[in-house]
Order: sequence, then C-alpha cells, then structure tokens
Amino acid sequence: MGLVLLVVIWLITLIGSYFIIAKTWWLPVGASAAAAAIDHHFTVSYILMGSVFILAQLALGWFAWKYRDRGAGSQPAHYSHGNTKLEVLWTILTIILFVGLNLASEPIWSSERLHGASPGAVQVEVTAMQFAWYFRYAGPDGKFGSTKPELEDASLGGAGALGLDSNDPSSKDDVISGVMVVPVNREIEVILRSHDVIHSFFVPAMRFKQDTVPGLAIHMHFTPIQTGDYELACAELCGLGHYKMHGIVKVVSDQEFSQWLAAREAEKQ
Amino acid sequence: MAGGTRGGEAITMVSHDAHAHAAPQGFIRKYIFSLDHKVIGIQYFFLALVAVLTGMFLSLLMRIHLVWPNAHLPIFGDIKPETYLSLLTMHGTIMVFFVLTTAPQGGFGNYFLPIQIGAPDMAFPVLNMLSFWTTFLGFLVLVAAFFVTGGAPLHGWTGYAPLSALPSAGPGEGLGADLWIISIAIFCIGALMGALNFITTTLDMRAKGMTLMRMPLTCWAWFITAILGLLAFGVLLSAGILLLMDRQLGTSFFVPLGTVNGVLTGHKGGSPLLWQHLFWFFGHPEVYIAILPAMGLCSQLLSVFSRKPIFGYKAMVYAIMAIGFLGFMVWGHHMFMSGMSPYSAFAFSIMTMGIGVPSAIKTFNWLGTLWRGKIRFSSPMLFAIGFVSLFVVGGISGPFLAQPVLDIYLHETYFVIAHFHLIMGVASIFGIFAATYYWFPKMFGRMMNETWAKAHFWLTFVGAYAIFMPMHYYGMAAGLRRYSQGTEVAWINALAPIQKFISIAAFITIASQFIFVINLFWSMKKGEKAADNPWEATTLEWITATPPPHDNFGGVTPVVHNGPYEYSVPGAPRDFVMQTDAEVGAKKH
Repeated sequence: MGLVLLVVIWLITLIGSYFIIAKTWWLPVGASAAAAAIDHHFTVSYILMGSVFILAQLALGWFAWKYRDRGAGSQPAHYSHGNTKLEVLWTILTIILFVGLNLASEPIWSSERLHGASPGAVQVEVTAMQFAWYFRYAGPDGKFGSTKPELEDASLGGAGALGLDSNDPSSKDDVISGVMVVPVNREIEVILRSHDVIHSFFVPAMRFKQDTVPGLAIHMHFTPIQTGDYELACAELCGLGHYKMHGIVKVVSDQEFSQWLAAREAEKQ
Repeated sequence: MAGGTRGGEAITMVSHDAHAHAAPQGFIRKYIFSLDHKVIGIQYFFLALVAVLTGMFLSLLMRIHLVWPNAHLPIFGDIKPETYLSLLTMHGTIMVFFVLTTAPQGGFGNYFLPIQIGAPDMAFPVLNMLSFWTTFLGFLVLVAAFFVTGGAPLHGWTGYAPLSALPSAGPGEGLGADLWIISIAIFCIGALMGALNFITTTLDMRAKGMTLMRMPLTCWAWFITAILGLLAFGVLLSAGILLLMDRQLGTSFFVPLGTVNGVLTGHKGGSPLLWQHLFWFFGHPEVYIAILPAMGLCSQLLSVFSRKPIFGYKAMVYAIMAIGFLGFMVWGHHMFMSGMSPYSAFAFSIMTMGIGVPSAIKTFNWLGTLWRGKIRFSSPMLFAIGFVSLFVVGGISGPFLAQPVLDIYLHETYFVIAHFHLIMGVASIFGIFAATYYWFPKMFGRMMNETWAKAHFWLTFVGAYAIFMPMHYYGMAAGLRRYSQGTEVAWINALAPIQKFISIAAFITIASQFIFVINLFWSMKKGEKAADNPWEATTLEWITATPPPHDNFGGVTPVVHNGPYEYSVPGAPRDFVMQTDAEVGAKKH
C-alpha cells in the first residue's frame, strides 16, 4: 500500500507540474507596461512555491513507502517527540520565503496602485451596468459633463444610458463609445463607475483588473504598449447576464486615436 | 442509532455532578430531542450527510450545464444562466455552512470532545440540543429558497451587496434572497450556542490530570475553532440583519444612490464595501473553522497509525493558536480589487503570508511524524495522508493569491476556485472521511468495510486531483468563475476542453461517493463487531465501552497520567500507552 501511495502521489505531482512547466495554458501575451514585471513575479512565485510543492509531495510519498509497517518482528517506530532545532530552522526558512516573496512584489504594487496617473494621461471614464460597458471621453474641453442617476435610461444607449445632463455645458463635447479606444504607449487613466451592482473591469492582456462599485469613482491607470484588440470581461458576479458582459479595448496609434476622437466629435455636431 | 443506552443510570461524579443527567427514556427524548452529546453529534453528522449529498447534487447539475448548456434534464428541465447562478449560490452556502462547519465541529466535536477530555457530557446539554435544532431549522429555511417564486438567490455564497440587497437586481433576489439571509442568521445563532458550549466544556470539564497540554490535538482544534466561531458568527449575524433591513425596512447600510435598469433604487449613502468587510471578517476565519478540526484529526491519525508520538506537539498547539489569531487579520486579502485603499493591501498581504508560516510548520511536523514511523495503512490513515497531500497543494496556491500584484490577474478566476476547494473543501472533507472511518466503530459498535473504504479513498483522491488541478490551469489562462457559459468571451471559450475534462472527472468522483454512503449504512447493520480499541490508540474514547454508555465512562471518572501520543515507548509492554495508564517515566527524547 505504501508503494501504491508513493507511485500515485509522485505521478500526480509530475503530471500536475508538467502543465505548468510546459505553460500549456498560460497568461496571454502581456500588452501593458506593467505586464513584464508582474509576469516575472509570477514566474518567481511558481519556481519557489512549485519547489515546495514538489519536495513536500515527494517526501510524503517516499515516507509512506519507506516507513511502512513491515510486519511483526521488524524495527519498532522511533520514539521521538520532535526536534526543536529542526522546527526552529524550518520556521525561520518559511518566514524568509513568504515575507521575502511578498516584499519583492511590493514595488510593482506601489507603482500600479499607490501612485495616481501622471497629469498627461488620457482619461477614460468606464461605466458598468447590467450588462454593458460604456466608455466616455471628456472631449476638447477636458471636462466630463455631469451625470444624474434620475436621467439614466439604459434603453436609450449612449448619453441616455449614462444619464448625461444636457444642461451642463461641459457635457456637450463628451464622446461616449461602446468600444474602449486608447492610444498606444500613453498612460490611460480609467475612472471606474457602476450604476447598479458591483462589476469588475478585467483586461487580461493588460494585467489589469478593478471592481467598479456603485457610489464610487475609482481612479486607476495602465499603459498599453502594443496595438491590437484586447478583450475585456466582467469579473465580478453581477446577475444573470454576467457571462455576457464583455467588450473590446482597441489599442491604436496616437494618430489614429486623435482621428477617431475627432471623427466622433464631428458626428455630434 | 447508537449511544446513550448502556451503563444504566447516571452516576454522580465528584466534580461533574451538575452535568450528569439521567439516561432518558422514550424514543423522543432519547433520539429526537436528546440532551446526550453523542446523540446530538450523530444528529449533526446526518444533517451534514444530507447537506453534502444535496450540495454535491447541485454541483453535478452545474458541471452538466457548463459542458452541455442546452441539455434538457428529466424533472429539472432546462438550466438557464440564472438557474446556474442559483445552483452555485446554494452549493456554496450549503457546503460551507451545513457541511464544512457542521460535520467536523457539530458532529465529531460534539461526540468526541467530552469523551476525549474525560467529561460525562457537554457543559450545557440543553443548549447543545437547541444549537442542533436551530441549525436544522436553518437548513430547512435555506432549502425552501428553491421552492419560492423566483427561486433561489443568484448572488453567490458571498452575497455581495447591492446585488443581494435589491430585489430588482435579478431573479431569485426576491423572497429567495430573504430566505437565504434568514437561514444564515439562524445558522449563526446555532453556531454561537455551540461555540459557547465547546469553550466552556473544554475549560471546565476536563478530567483529573487532563491538563491543557495533555489534550489531544483534536480537542485543541475544536477549542480554537469554537473561539473563532464565537467571534466570527456574531459579525455575520449582524451583517445579515443589516442586509435584511436594507431589503425590507428601507435602510441603506450597503446600498448607495443608484439605479437598476434605469429605475432609482430608493437608497442612498450606503457602502457596498461595508458588506464585504463584515462578510470577510467572518468569511476568512470561517475557512479555519472548516479546516482546523481536520488538521487536529489528521495530526492525531498520523500519530496513531505511524505508531509514533506526534512530531512537535507544542509547536502544533501554538500553530493552531497562531492560525486562529492571524485568521482574524487577513480578511482584506479577499478585497484587493474591491476599491479598498491600496495601502491596506500591504498589511493584509503580509499578514496573509504570515499565516502560511504556522501552516507550513504543521506540514513539516506531519512529515516528521511519518518519518521513522511504522505506518499502518488503514482507511483512516489513507485519508489522513491524502489530507496532507491536498493541504499542501491547496496551501501552495495561497501565497499567489495573497500577493496583491498577482491577485490583480488571478482574482475571480478559477485559480481561486481551485485554491479554496482544495484546501477548505476537499482537504476538510478528507478530514471528515478520515473521522468517519476512524470513529465509526466507537459510534456504531461495528467496523466499516475496509475494502470498500480503500476503493473509496483511491477514487476520491485521484478524482479530487483530476477535478481541481486543471482548474489552476483554467485560472492561469484567465478563465473566470461564476460564468454560466464560457462561449461569449473568446479567451474563455478556448478553454472549453478543460471544462469538459473537469466535468467527466467530477461525474466519476461523485459516483464513487456512493461507495461511502452504501458502506456507511451497510456497516451499521452488517459490519464486523468492533472491539473497544480497534486501532490501538491511546486517547480516552478508546478506554470506554463501544458504543460508550450514557455518561461516557460507566460511572468511572478517568484520571489522566500521560500525553495523548505515547506510541512505541521504549520498554513499554505494548506499542501504545493509554492516557490513563501509569505515567511514562520522565523520559526525554
């Protein structure tokens, strides 16, 4: 029975680790400035935690076989209540491993979340509602027009869905889009809002996720470094259409972005 | 049903006479509204069994829907996206509360804590009976949510507001959601009564010589779990009442100004994050409420079946305490992406990594217990070894999720599902299986069939890995949880083969659980008669008759002379020294 345990535990460990080492299913190619550092930290964590996982499982299987009861007359078990030195040693090693790993990741977190976007960042307001995403640009005046919950009407789409107050002069030039178009290599400041329940704005390729919470306007930032279409999806359970609540982040050149924005402005006139 | 009939009238004991009560006569007082902790323990056990079969059945429907969304099932008809969400809500709620909290603590804790510390019963037998029936009522109310207009709620077992607070937010958020909250509130009351009882019993009812540091690790685990329960369930109860007030009385604790479908909700000023703080202040300790008893039990079993003292008893006790203590300071790691201050992530993250340290100590000590042992592979031991393996694999994904930088990507993916199912679900359930195979002989007077038990172990062990290992991969590729279908989002759709594999593995593993259920009932009637101490273990439940008499020790108060894990003591006549045997010489290792 000990031998069977050894074989099964070792096989599970081998097969389980294989798909991670082979990266059979893995993160999509990173398309934001932060992706490289985050992915690197993933790899470091995998190597360290993976080693602990493999060593512990190998030891478990090995001990199960090696120290099986070999029947009457064989050596009795070793009478020992432990070994303080060993226990202190592995406690210290574990503290170093866990705390060290944690500290190593803090600079990334700081730059992503503790510091606000730089003044020149492109601002996009992201509004979530059951079960759609809307993206708003402030327009030439650089100011978002005010919105009012009592004006919201999802069936109207666009400005109506957001409850944009047409009496506010700064709302006149606001551009509202169902696709998030952003320029490459520019920092994007997203202002995340929700009308109804909690949603979550998740763009795997940007290594970016943040809940959108009704009542809050959450400011976050990321910098796309590669043009292309990247899918976004809602990552927080928001109701029966949760699985359908997805969209596109379209990363284009700076010039294309300006053209697109200008064209949308023109449409409004 | 076993328990409480032998041994005649209660015997007055010197220190415990206030708790001794006469053996009851009549079916109702004996088996239904019993005050005997053993009967109540068995009642909790069967409640958990009904609950786990229900919860498992719901997961079966979910796994069918994920792979064949258009399947038309007999009786149930079609599973719509919202039905899927109701299934996962009810699956989670039933499993967390009525299985993982109920069986290890209410079931085995109730039955064996008093016996293992040498007490005739729990400190408050009436309270004990009330806590069971309260829990039972909670279960009925929860299941009723399936049968009301709109059906069961779809807000997930975490019940995030405003989704859970607004009847207009989706189907199931009407009466179904009210019942869900009421059920949890009722459960909390039952759990609080139980926690008080466990704490008092452990502190006041120990037999002579049963010092705290001679208690089996199972008792330590139940004791600390009870303290966690006392501190955590009160908070959840309050949060549940506030949520119910938001829904029914027009308050706005959790709901800010907003609209659903363009209609103003009528609330303003509430904080959705407040619910998350309150919920996870309960929710994280709850993880330890589910796993600590299993940790205590598996420590015990590794020692019994390796015929060796537990490696580092004191370290194990301190590790349980440290896990319990730190468990209250890490709730924010569920909220890194919630909009909570990113500065607080530092504190929650470092505390969470810190909790990995006592968990790692325990793992090392389990391996240390096996090391140079003389291992007997009885079914309880197989499940204990399986527990260690699952605890390691489930634990090792923790440090990924504990780091906010990695949680940006992994939060709400299947990586999280894999993590908590392995550690809180499957590892804990391995603890429950191990406990069942280990204590069944004492509870029912017969042995369970060992061949079936082993078949059950192998299928479940390999099955659990086959189900949950691929979920890590699914999550690494950003596969999102709580998606009734993955067809809409291209990157998730590409992962469909993994879901198919998981579903097939789940069908086989679910089917193998019937080996256990059949073995359980078959062995009650037909199992081989059990000896008083079939495993040659040292703790007090094995010195008394099988099943134990009404007052547990037949009028004798045990006096304890030894620690709980004296195996293979050099010079001893046999390879185990009972806790009540003459004291093992002051030998040091």
